[in-house]
This record gives sequence, C-alpha cells and structure tokens, in this order.
Amino acid sequence: MPVYSIHVNGKTQKVDVAEDTPLLWVLRDSLKLVGTKFGCGIGSCGACTVHLNGTAIRSCLTPVSAVGTGKVITIEGLSENGDHPLQLAWDEVDVPQCGYCQAGQIMTAAAFLKKNPKPTLEQIESAMTGNLCRCAAYHRIREAVQVASTKMK
Amino acid sequence: MNTTIHSERRDFLKKVSLSGGGLLLGFSLFEDLTAGEIKGHVIDGAMHNFNSYLSIAVDGTVTIASPNPELGQNIKTSFAMIVADELDADWNKVNVVQAALDTTKFDRQLTGGSGAVPHSWKRLRTAGATARQMLMEAAAQQWNVPVSECSTKDGVVLHVASGKKAGYGELVQAAAKLQVPSNVALKDHKQFKFIGKPIKNVENKNIVTGKGIFGLDFYREGMMYASIQRPPAFGTKIKSVDSKAAKAMPGVTDIVTFKNYVAVVGSSTWAVLKARKSLVVEYEKDVAALESSSDHDALFTKMMEASNARVNRKEGDVEAAFKNAAKVIKREYECPFIPHNPIEPMNFFAHVRPDGIELVGPTQTPASARKAVSDLLKVPEDKITVEITRLGGGFGRRLKYDYVVEAAELSSIIKKPVKVIWTREDDMGGGSYRPAVRYRFEAALDANKQLVGYKLRGVGINVGNSTRENNFPSGSIDNLLIESVDHVSPITTGAWRAPVTNFLAYAEQAFLDEVAEAMGKDPVQMRLELLEKARKSPAGPVRYDINRMETVIKAVAEKSQWGKKPGVSQGFSVYFSHASYVGQVCDVVMEGGKPKVKKITAVSDCGIVINKSGAEQQVMGGILDGMGHAIYGKLSFENGEPQQKNFDTYRHIRMKGIPEVEVGFVDNGIDPTGLGEPALPPTGGAVANAIYKATGKRIYRQPFIEQDPLKEDE
Repeated sequence: MPVYSIHVNGKTQKVDVAEDTPLLWVLRDSLKLVGTKFGCGIGSCGACTVHLNGTAIRSCLTPVSAVGTGKVITIEGLSENGDHPLQLAWDEVDVPQCGYCQAGQIMTAAAFLKKNPKPTLEQIESAMTGNLCRCAAYHRIREAVQVASTKMK
Repeated sequence: MNTTIHSERRDFLKKVSLSGGGLLLGFSLFEDLTAGEIKGHVIDGAMHNFNSYLSIAVDGTVTIASPNPELGQNIKTSFAMIVADELDADWNKVNVVQAALDTTKFDRQLTGGSGAVPHSWKRLRTAGATARQMLMEAAAQQWNVPVSECSTKDGVVLHVASGKKAGYGELVQAAAKLQVPSNVALKDHKQFKFIGKPIKNVENKNIVTGKGIFGLDFYREGMMYASIQRPPAFGTKIKSVDSKAAKAMPGVTDIVTFKNYVAVVGSSTWAVLKARKSLVVEYEKDVAALESSSDHDALFTKMMEASNARVNRKEGDVEAAFKNAAKVIKREYECPFIPHNPIEPMNFFAHVRPDGIELVGPTQTPASARKAVSDLLKVPEDKITVEITRLGGGFGRRLKYDYVVEAAELSSIIKKPVKVIWTREDDMGGGSYRPAVRYRFEAALDANKQLVGYKLRGVGINVGNSTRENNFPSGSIDNLLIESVDHVSPITTGAWRAPVTNFLAYAEQAFLDEVAEAMGKDPVQMRLELLEKARKSPAGPVRYDINRMETVIKAVAEKSQWGKKPGVSQGFSVYFSHASYVGQVCDVVMEGGKPKVKKITAVSDCGIVINKSGAEQQVMGGILDGMGHAIYGKLSFENGEPQQKNFDTYRHIRMKGIPEVEVGFVDNGIDPTGLGEPALPPTGGAVANAIYKATGKRIYRQPFIEQDPLKEDE
C-alpha cells in the first residue's frame, strides 16, 4: 500500500493505507484521532466534518489520496486547550446531549464563522442544517454559534 | 422541616474499604426488607447489592460512580447533583465516573423506561446525607463540641460559635472509623443547592475536545476490526457464500460465516468495509415470509375485523351506548415502522479468552447482554466483564444486545479480540424498529352531545399490546372498550423512545380534538370536563393523577396564551407516560399556502426537576424528535427489504426551520419521575391539531409530509 504524508493538526504524519481510504478512517484507525466521528459514510450527517485548508469537508467522502499537502484540522487541533470560542460557547450554553455529533457541529460552525463572523439566525441555520443531531439539540447549537460569534476575535 | 428516613424503609450504607485513607461508601435501598430482617444476618448477604458508590479522598475530591448507561439523558450529571446536594459538596471537587457492569454492587443498571431517577432518588440523597453526617460527627469529636452545633457548606464542616472549620478531605480518615448512622435527616427541598438549578453536563469538556469516550472510539492494541454482512431482507437465509475475492483483499485476515452472518475481519475499518463489497452471498427466500408495506395495509384491514382481539379494558355497556348514540365518530390512524438511528452506529468490542470474556461498548442493557453471551458461549457470567462506554444516542435501539452477542460469537470463532462496526445501512436494515400500527377510535355522543361511549382497537406488527388501556381518557367515559390484535412478523421490532405512546398519543389526541369539535367544546375545556367526570364518578380504576393532569393542562393553556393569539392556529395535546405529565400547544401559521409550525409550548410535571438545564434539553429534544418523526419518519418494505437505508432517503428533522420551543415545569415538590421520554408522545397530536385549525384538514397517517396539506409538490 502507498505511504501518504499528510498534514494533520500542525504535524506531518506518514500513513500506509490504500489510496481510496477515506480521511475519516485514516484519522480514526491510523492516527487514533477519534474525535472525528463516523455516522453515515455518505456525507449526509456531518459527524465526520474536519477542515481541509480552512474549509469544512466530510472526511468520510474524502479519500486520503485527495488530501495532498492540504492542511487538515480536526476537533483535537481546533484549539490548544479546548478554548476555541465555539468550544467555550458549547459549554456555556450546555449544548451536548449524547454528544456524538458535536465535534462535527463545532467544525462546521468554526469554518462558517471564519467566513461569516456575524451571522444572522437564518444564516446559522442554513450553515448548520447539514449536520444531523439525532438528540435534536438544535436550539442550543444555534444559540452557541451565536454566542461564539460575539466572542470571536 | 427535615425528613427522616424511617428504619424500615431506609437506605443502607456500608463502608466498603478505607483504601488510600479516604472514605468509600456503598449504598442501596431495599424497599422490600422489613425492619426485622434488617436487624438479622440477611443484611450481610443483601448488602452486596449496592446501588452506587460515593468516595471522598483525603484531598477532598468526591467521586461518584454512576452505574446507569449514559446516552444523552444526562444521568451522569443528575445523579452526581443529587448526591452532592445532600453532601453539601463543593461542586468543583465532584468527579463522576461511569461504573462497569457489576450486579453484585448495583441494581437496575440499565437505561430505559425513564426509570433511573425515580429508582435512585432516595438512595442517592441518603448516601450524600449519610456521608455528610459522618463528616460532621468526625469534626465534632475532634473539636469536642456537640455535633448538633456543626454545620456544612461547600465541602467544609463548620462550628460557627468557635470559628473552627475543616474541609471534608481533612476529616475523611476520622469519619471512616465511625459507625455508619442508620437514620439521617434529608434536606428540606428549600435547602437544595444544586437540585433544581441548571448545572452543566459533566462531560462537556471531553465532548467538545473530541476525547474518545464513545464505544466506537474504543481501541485495544492487537484488536481486529470486523464488518458483518447480514441478510438484506427479513425472511431470508444464507444459501451460499463466495468469499474468495474478499479474502484476497489487502488487510483481510478472516472471513467467517456463522448463523445468518458473513463476517469480514481485518486490520482496519476501511479494509473490512471495502472487502465486504466483494462478497458474493446468495440468499434463500421464504416467499411466504417476505412482507411488503402493501401487505401490511391489507393485513391491518383484516385485523380490524378479527374476532379474536385481546380485550384490554372494558367498562359499562359499550354496545348499548353505540346503539343508542345520536352521533358516532369513527376514525383510523396509522403509522409506519421507523428505525431508531442513534447517530453512533452499533458497535462492540469483544475478547473471548480461555479464562473469560471482555466486552466493551455502548449498551443500554449491560446485564442482559452479558447473560445472553454467557448462555450462548456457555461461559459463567462471573467470567464476563462488561465495560460501558458513553452511548452516541440510544432511543431504545441499544436495549437490544444482538450486536454484543455477535461480536462475542465472532471473537470466540476467530480467537482474537475484535471490534464489530455496523454501517448506517446495517443499522437501518438491521431489524429493530418502532412497530407499524393502525388504530381505530370510535366515540358515541348522545343527543346532548355528551361523550357516552368510546372504543379503541389497536392492530400492529410485533408490538404486543398496542394500547395503554389505563391512560386517560379511561376512567372518564362510562362505556369503554379497548382491545388489541398483534401480528407476528419476521420484521423484528424493538422499544422505540416512549414505546407505543410515541404514536398512540398522537392518534388519541388528534381523535379527541375531533370529538371535542363534534361536542361543540373547546379542546382544553373538553379535557378538563372529562377529568372532572373521572374525579366525581370514575368509570373503573383511574391510574393517572387527575390533579396533576389538570394542572399541566391549565398551565400550558395559560403559558401558550391558548385561544388568545390572533392570526395563529393552535393545537392542543396532553399525555401521561412514564409517570410524568406533559401538555403541549402548537402554534401554526400559513406561509406560502402551507401550514408552518412556528412554536411549541410545553409544560411538564415530572415532579422535582433535578437539573434545569438537562431537563429543558430533554423536553426540547423530545419535542423536536416527536415532531420530526411525525412529519418525516417512514421505513417501508418491499419483499421483506427495508427501502430506506441511509440519511439520504430516510429524513430526520434538521436545524433549518425548527420552531421556537418554550418549556415550563410544574413546581410541586413531588419525588421526581423520568423525562427522557414523556415530552415526545404529545407532540404529534399538538402539531396535527394545529394544522387542522389552520387548514381545516385532519391528518390520519404518519408521516405527515405524505399527507395533504403538508404534501410536498412532486
């Protein structure tokens, strides 16, 4: 199997996997970065969302061979001490129920707020609607994105 | 005023060990033991059934072991709050850990039926209060003052007169040497410090930083990964397996056929998922058993006329009431199968070794899972350990342990540690569904438009009794007949969040709305009058609390400004389930010619609210879950095969367009009941009734999205 050098959370990592291996499984199985979740495998739930060069992508649909020299950021690398404004807002608003989808929600929100730092409620809804929360904690997810947007530098 | 636990119904505590110099208490409540037995030797045996653990270390850290699986109901936080409140702990020093399965220490170590809090309420309070009492006694001895002059605050014992104080950690060694008091005073509700307040989920930090706390995250050096091919349709069996191509793929180590499964085992998730696609499996079809949704339709029609219905409740002379009726209203409601779809797919780790079995993963029923593995592999239960990870949702799916047993069986065959991972398609096709059900309701009105007769027949597939014959309106109608018919199908079902009532409540509340209209009454007033009738001259036993139901009805009517919102169409619903009462009002307005749900107001009576933040979450999530499934949920079948297999064809509610949800609670000081389920059942009815108000169109089937007026243009 080919060896890929990928750039994850500021570190270059070598992984020996088939070229069609989704980034999701490279992160989880090869690199043991399990914060990125498997939910559907077809890009419909958003639990596997990570950043590739600052853009939110579905890692379950992104083969490792397509990552190239791109910079991958996962929930583990979003902030050094778990203190990204979104992570703090998630606690402040007390968002999680089961919590499984929340890493994906936060990664989607983080990429969105970079592009649109002061969104309206409708814009938040549109940006976040691809991320399924089976516990339906949607009101608090929306509120936390809004809270974070007021605190982003 | 403080409450004292009487000796015949008290919580027992026992010092289990003094390890590390701290105080460790096991606690439990044996409600069935009499005072006599307590004094005898029975206790030593019975004391093994501890309900939970509380330990206090010399540095003051309070550790609480939470035995029940955590799937988002926030039990881990609520349990700790209850103990910490009576202990008067410093919340910043409280640490909560998930206990592994231990039937010698815990009882009812499962998550289901909204039952954990009511089960544990007194046990947890007594544990905290007893530890607090011992710490005060230890301080009183050291300071040579009466214990009655001591008090506690934020993890510190105080003697106000002398100004002396000591942290709990400084006192635990002395406290551990004391006798465990048998009668301790519990706080008056007004003294609660944490209970009733919003306290944040103790797991937030781990969740938002992506820590590996879920079952799918579990990893053990040397473990194999497995993906299992299960039959695509219910009513089929493996005929032949050609695994040559799959076996030759990189990373694949074993391909094992057992029962109706073909397992692909390998060195990574992707290796086995990919290789599985190269399997060629032929299935033998038992044509008679291959059911389609259209068969179910015909079947329900037949079952509605079946003469062998099970009579669940009968009051008065129903036949006469209907024969003499001035008006009869007869309506049918139907719901399809739906999958649970917890967002974390099924998975479990199993390692079957010669000396025992290790199981790790997300389960709502660790004890039943272990017993099933023990029975299958003929290994005694005391040689099997079950570690419970956090569950990425459950909704009842993980009450079944099929995925635990197959992982153990596979490990026993390949003789290696293995983690079995289901795909979303495996899960949606895997056979644990909310049963499909049809209800027929009939109401008889006399010449004065009074409700004099009521009939309900529920017919369903693998549902058992599809009615809840003792719920409202039973007790309020003199002539009443409630019966059910069940069909046994190869399509397997399971308890889905608020089993039966998740659909029954909608059908019933929609029907009562129609009956109220025929009676010429406001829907809220009509229910209040029925309750008044149940109070004054009950027709048979009344198994719900009339006052509590009346209170939530009035409270939600007021909170929602029932009937006082011009331009808004409101629908009402109220339901009693899992020992809690929830009333809801849905506001609908027309937007672009379509009814749009703008707001749902809910008032819940679950007794004392433990965690205001968590409780609000349960109600808000339950309402959106109830609304989402009523509007979108549908799993259909063709020749035994589920037609929706992933989130591209099976629709869930998403963030865009969610209604405002306003949540209130009745403050009555009654011991708490569960909240994981009760807010879901009333929602479908409130939504359907509001849509009727707005459009004049009644909805009789789920999913609403397929029905006029919600039907989307093709």
